[in-house]
Amino acid sequence: MTALVLVEVENGAVRQASRSAVAAASRFGAVDAIVFGDGAQAAAALPGVTRVLSVPGLVNDLAEPAADLLAARAKDYSHILAAASATGKNILPRLAGLLDVQPIPDVVEIKDADTFVRPIYAGNALATVRSSDSIKVLTVRGSNFDPVAAEGGSATVETIEAPASEKSVFVKVELSASDRPELESARVVISGGKGLKDAANFKLLEPIADKLNAAIGASRAAVDSGFAPNEMQVGQTGKIVAPELYIAVGLSGAIQHLAGMKDSRVIVAINTDPEAPIFKVADYGIVGDLFEVLPTLEKAL
Amino acid sequence: MTMKVLVPVKRVVDYNVKVRVAADGSGVETQGVKMSMNPFDEIAVEEAVRLREKGAAKEVVVVTVGAQAAQDVLRTAMAMGADRAILVRTDDTLEPRAVANVLKAIATREEAGLICMGKQAIDDDMNATGQILAAKLGWPQGTFASAVTVADGRIEVAREIDGGTEVVSLTLPAVVTADLRLNEPRYASLPNIMKARKKPLETVEIDSLGVDTASRLTVVSVAEPAERKEGVKVNSAAELVEKLKTEAKVI
Repeated sequence: MTALVLVEVENGAVRQASRSAVAAASRFGAVDAIVFGDGAQAAAALPGVTRVLSVPGLVNDLAEPAADLLAARAKDYSHILAAASATGKNILPRLAGLLDVQPIPDVVEIKDADTFVRPIYAGNALATVRSSDSIKVLTVRGSNFDPVAAEGGSATVETIEAPASEKSVFVKVELSASDRPELESARVVISGGKGLKDAANFKLLEPIADKLNAAIGASRAAVDSGFAPNEMQVGQTGKIVAPELYIAVGLSGAIQHLAGMKDSRVIVAINTDPEAPIFKVADYGIVGDLFEVLPTLEKAL
Repeated sequence: MTMKVLVPVKRVVDYNVKVRVAADGSGVETQGVKMSMNPFDEIAVEEAVRLREKGAAKEVVVVTVGAQAAQDVLRTAMAMGADRAILVRTDDTLEPRAVANVLKAIATREEAGLICMGKQAIDDDMNATGQILAAKLGWPQGTFASAVTVADGRIEVAREIDGGTEVVSLTLPAVVTADLRLNEPRYASLPNIMKARKKPLETVEIDSLGVDTASRLTVVSVAEPAERKEGVKVNSAAELVEKLKTEAKVI
């Protein structure tokens, strides 16, 4: 059996979540990678990858040509995987539609070649499902599979023409400028909720994030209230993180937020309400006013 | 503008309910649990109604695939402003692939010009039906939408991506899946709830569509995730830092 992994390359480096997807794919046998845009060399360096399909002409990850191209190659593979990223979740279900198979999103555990575990109901239950499809199309949660190293492999590279995309045209992209590590791969994450009261107060998290080299996240309520942009959202419908240390500041711990961070190794909660659900999952809690706690925490670090 | 917008909606366990896994491991307890329209579908209904109010669409048709009880979410959608509703009746639980087959048949029959739906249902968390449907129809897709503009036979969709926002321009017909920031759905007023009772609701037996609704996944088991045990409260930031250093050894 050979698996094909959609590998995402950013600024010349393979995203950590994609390296996790390669690790997951190697459970099924040999691994090929496919890279849209530049970055074939970075993918070819991943240990365990034997061949890279490079599509330099497909630069903006448009789902329509990407899924067409994957579908044309699908018969060579038993499994087609991607990270459960915005790109993976856009393209792979479309591919599944073209192949008429049922995709298996957000896989957290591989039992065997046909059987997978995935969270449902915001992670309040784990479903083990067995697929009868001849080609399995899955996205995997990066936080549940140790990524392969970035270097050490030497795959061959085959270049493929990009199919034309007439129905869908890329217009522009606006990326948030940030020097911080990305949420899904940061070792430490500090997240703010509605308790921060407004967008300006999110800045209070920055000095602590600087000291810990942390990514900054937000609860859905904070995003809803316009305190933080959506790409910072941690939760069922945002990003799923599992850092070594997660610091929750002024957020209550709604079910859908817990779904995005409860697999963190150590959780710290700072909240005025001692009954807040976040304390149920926190290893260390401080009941107190975040506006008083944050400055003292910054000093103590 | 003569465009018809089709909005598929799903009846799910209300987002405020903490579900419990059934004792026999076959699924989760849904007996006696509050059910509501999937929150992302509410956003999709709102967007479709706004498109009609702006004159970009002529009619908003909501559709659901489910049991008789799923009528209530169709009435809710009509109270929010949808013009009419279709219940594709089945007592089975369908996978996204099967639902997409049903929706393709309905979209074709209705000659929909745009399908606007939630990006994800909060029960199975699949985030797949819109993309599968777009593929099966051969239509372009604008997933995880935070803004849409219809003009000159195209739809421009701002999409939430991992590092920010991307904008794509799609030919119509197209499938758009709604993300959180697309809009804030309105509350249905009492007069509109009364009016919605008189709006047309058509029931279609699923077998009459003649589409493949077989499941490709077998649920082997459903289990509770491992519980985290509740930790300790500390009294000061200094004590916290001390514990993170010496006890948790994480900083």
